[in-house]
Amino acid sequence: MSDTTTLPPTDETTDVNPVGGIDQAVGDFQYKVDYEFDAGTGLSEETVRYISSVKKEAPWILEFRLKALKTFLDKPMPTHWATTDLNNIDFSKIRYYLSQGQKPKRTWDEVPDDIKKTFERLGIPEQERKFLAGVEAQFDSEAAYSNIKDIVSKQGVIFCNSTEALREHPEIFKKFFGKVIPTGDNKFSALNSAVFSGGSFIYVPPGVKVAQPLQAYFRINAENFGQFERTLIIADEGSEVVYMEGCTAPKFSTSTLHSAVVELVALKGAKIQYITVQNWANNVFNLVTKRGVAHEDAEIKWIDCNIGSRLTMKYPGVVLKGKRARGEVISIALANDGQHQDTGAKMIHAADDTTSVIVAKSISVGQGRSTYRGQVHIPKHLKGCKNNTECDALLINSNSRTDTYPAITVRGDTHSVQHEASVSKVNEEQIFYMQQRGLTEAQAMSLAVNGFVNDLVRQFPMEYSVELKRLIDLEMEGSVG
Amino acid sequence: MSSLEIRDLVVALTATPDKPIVKGLNLTIKTGEVHAIMGPNGTGKSTLSKAIAGHPDYQIISGDVILDGKSILEMEPDERARAGLFLAFQYPSEIPGVSIANFLRAAVQARMAEGEELDATGYYKKLYGKMDMLKIDRKFTSRSVNEGFSGGEKKRCEILQMAMLEPSFSLMDETDSGLDIDALKIVAEGVNAMRGDKLGVLLITHYQRLLDYIVPDFVHVMYDGRIVKSGDKSLALELEAKGYDWVKTELAAV
Ligand SMILES: Nc1ncnc2c1ncn2[C@@H]1O[C@H](COP(=O)(O)OP(=O)(O)OP(=O)(O)O)[C@@H](O)[C@H]1O
Ligand SMILES: [Mg+2]
Repeated sequence: MSDTTTLPPTDETTDVNPVGGIDQAVGDFQYKVDYEFDAGTGLSEETVRYISSVKKEAPWILEFRLKALKTFLDKPMPTHWATTDLNNIDFSKIRYYLSQGQKPKRTWDEVPDDIKKTFERLGIPEQERKFLAGVEAQFDSEAAYSNIKDIVSKQGVIFCNSTEALREHPEIFKKFFGKVIPTGDNKFSALNSAVFSGGSFIYVPPGVKVAQPLQAYFRINAENFGQFERTLIIADEGSEVVYMEGCTAPKFSTSTLHSAVVELVALKGAKIQYITVQNWANNVFNLVTKRGVAHEDAEIKWIDCNIGSRLTMKYPGVVLKGKRARGEVISIALANDGQHQDTGAKMIHAADDTTSVIVAKSISVGQGRSTYRGQVHIPKHLKGCKNNTECDALLINSNSRTDTYPAITVRGDTHSVQHEASVSKVNEEQIFYMQQRGLTEAQAMSLAVNGFVNDLVRQFPMEYSVELKRLIDLEMEGSVG
Repeated sequence: MSSLEIRDLVVALTATPDKPIVKGLNLTIKTGEVHAIMGPNGTGKSTLSKAIAGHPDYQIISGDVILDGKSILEMEPDERARAGLFLAFQYPSEIPGVSIANFLRAAVQARMAEGEELDATGYYKKLYGKMDMLKIDRKFTSRSVNEGFSGGEKKRCEILQMAMLEPSFSLMDETDSGLDIDALKIVAEGVNAMRGDKLGVLLITHYQRLLDYIVPDFVHVMYDGRIVKSGDKSLALELEAKGYDWVKTELAAV
C-alpha cells in the first residue's frame, strides 16, 4: 500500500468512483452529490435492466439478475431472528447504480475539517485523500494495479473486476458464480445478485502460489466502492492466494446500504486467506454474505474486522466439503454508541477429518451493541471432525450490551468440539491506573482494546494491524467527552 | 526545587461525601526530601495518595493540593501524572494483552511534545538499563502489565515504571509489602538511585525495616485521617517499639 504514495495524480478521468464519493469514519458527514447518469432511486425490474444494459451484459446475467430480484422481493426481512432495525431500510430511497463518467464538483476546501483530520490521523497519502474525499475524480491506481496484474498474470493468475471477468472469462466465472452462495441464501444475497457491480474476480491456476497479497490497489479502485460488490475467488488445486479487502480508509458514503457477496472456492489442497478491515459511517447498513468452499485438504481462512456502521450483519463461513479440509474465522468487531455489530461465523462440516476454528472478539463501547452468532454443524455420518470456538466480549462501560448465540449441532461420537466464551470489562480501576501513567482516558481505553485483540492482530499483515490500531484510537477518541 | 503542598485536605468517598476519610491533613514535600507515613490499617493512607492522584472514587471536600504553587485539583489524573506526579499503587491493576514495553512506551510518548518522535533504540536502552538495575528479567518486557505477576513482581514493576517516567513527586503506597528480603533491598537501591534534588517521595509503609534501606528525612504518623505526629527517622523506631496504642494514649492525654 505504501507504493501508492509514489503514484502521480492524474486529471484524466477514465474511470470514476461510482458511489460518488466519499464517506467517513467518525461522525456522519454527508455531501450532496449530483449524479447525472444513474439508475435513479428505487428498485424495480427497470433498474435491473438498466444496470445490465449499461454493463453490456450477456443475456444469462440479466436473467440471473431478474430472478434474483424476484427472490429478493419474495423473501421477508429476517427479523424473526435478526434486529428489527432492518425494517428501517427504505429500499425505495436507495440508488442501486451510479454510472461512471462524472466528475465530482467539490474542492478540497469544501471538505470538512474533521474529515481532513481523520485522513491525516490515518496516515492516508495526500493524493488518496483527495480521491477519498471526492475532490479528485480518480486516483491513478491503474498504473500500480496493472503492474500487479502483470506480475501475477505471468503466473497465469486472472485478477480483475467482476464486470471485466464476466466479459472476458465467462466460462470460469459462470462455472463458480453463485454456487457457493446461491441467490436465495438470504434476502441480501438476493439483493446483491440482482444489482451487483464491482468487486474482484481472481482465478489462481493449479500449483501457483501468489507471492504478494492481492489487494492494495483495489482499495482505491473506483468500482470497489460499489455498494453491491460481488467478489469471486477461485484457487485451483494446490494453489495459494491471500486477498486483502481494504476498506480501512474512512469511507464517506452518500449511500446507506452496502450489501456485498463474496464467494471463495479452494479446490483440492488450495489455500485462500481473505482479510477485511472495514470502517463504515454510522448511518450505514452493512449486510454482507461471505462464504467459501474448501475441498479436500484445502484451507480457507477469513480475517474479518468490523468497525463502525449502524448495523453490520456478517457471518463468514466455510463449507468443509473435502476430507481434511480446514476452515478458520477470526473476527473482531467494535460497536460504539449507536452501532450494532451482529457478527460471527459458520462452519459446515461435510467430510471426514475436517477442522474448523472460530475466534471472535467483540468490543462494545458506550451504548454500542455486539452480537455473536456462531453456527457449527457436524452431521452424524462423519468421522473425526474438530471444532474449536472461542468467543470473547469486552465491555467498556456498563451500558454496553453483548449477546452470544452459539449454535453448535454435533452428531456422532468421533468428533472433538470445544467452546469457550468470556465476557470481561475494562474497569474504572484499570483506566485510572493507565491515566496515572499519563495516558488520556481515550488513550487508556484504546490501549485496553488493543490489548484485548492483540493476539489476533498479530496474525495480520503489518500495514493492516497498524491501520486497525489507528482506527481503534480514533474510535476511542470519539467515545470520550 | 519543586514542592507538593497538601493543605487542610478533607477527602471522602464520592458516594458518601458526608463521611470524610482524610480529615484535614497538612503536609509539604519538597524535591530532594523523603517523607514516610506510617499508620494503622484503614486510617486513610491509600485514600490520601489516590485522592492526590485524582482517583474518581474520591471527592475532595475541602482543602487543596498544590504543585509548584498551582492547585492540581481541577486537573485530570493523566494531566497530574504528566505534571510530574507518580503513584506506585498498593494494588496495581492488570492490563491484559498490553505488554510492559508497549505500555511504558505509550506513557513515555504521552509526555512528548506533539510531533516529537520517540527514539525506539534509546527507549529500549533505557528500559533495559532500568530493568537491569531492578534485577527484572528482560522477558518481562513482553508480558502483559501485571497479569499473572506475583505480589513482589507487581511492586517491582511499579518501581520500574517510576524509574522510566522520572516523576518529580512519587507517592509510594506500601511498595515494600509483598517483597522478599532480597527484593526489598533491590527496590530500595533503585529508589535510592533515583533520590536527589529532582525527586520528592512520600513513602507509605507499615514496616520500619524499609526505612533502614530508604532512610527518610521525615516520619509522620497518620491516625484517623490526620497526621498526628511528625519527627525524624527515630520516630519510626519508637513506633516499632511501642505500637500505635502509644500514639492513641498520647492523643487522649492531649
Ligand atoms: N473505594 C472505597 N470504597 C469503600 N471504602 C473505602 C474505599 N476507599 C477507602 N475506603 C475506606 O476508607 C478507609 C481508609 O482506607 P485506606 O485504604 O485509605 O486505608 P489505609 O490507611 O491505606 O489502610 P491499609 O494500611 O490497610 O492499606 C477504610 O475504612 C476503607 O475501608
Ligand atoms: Mg493502604
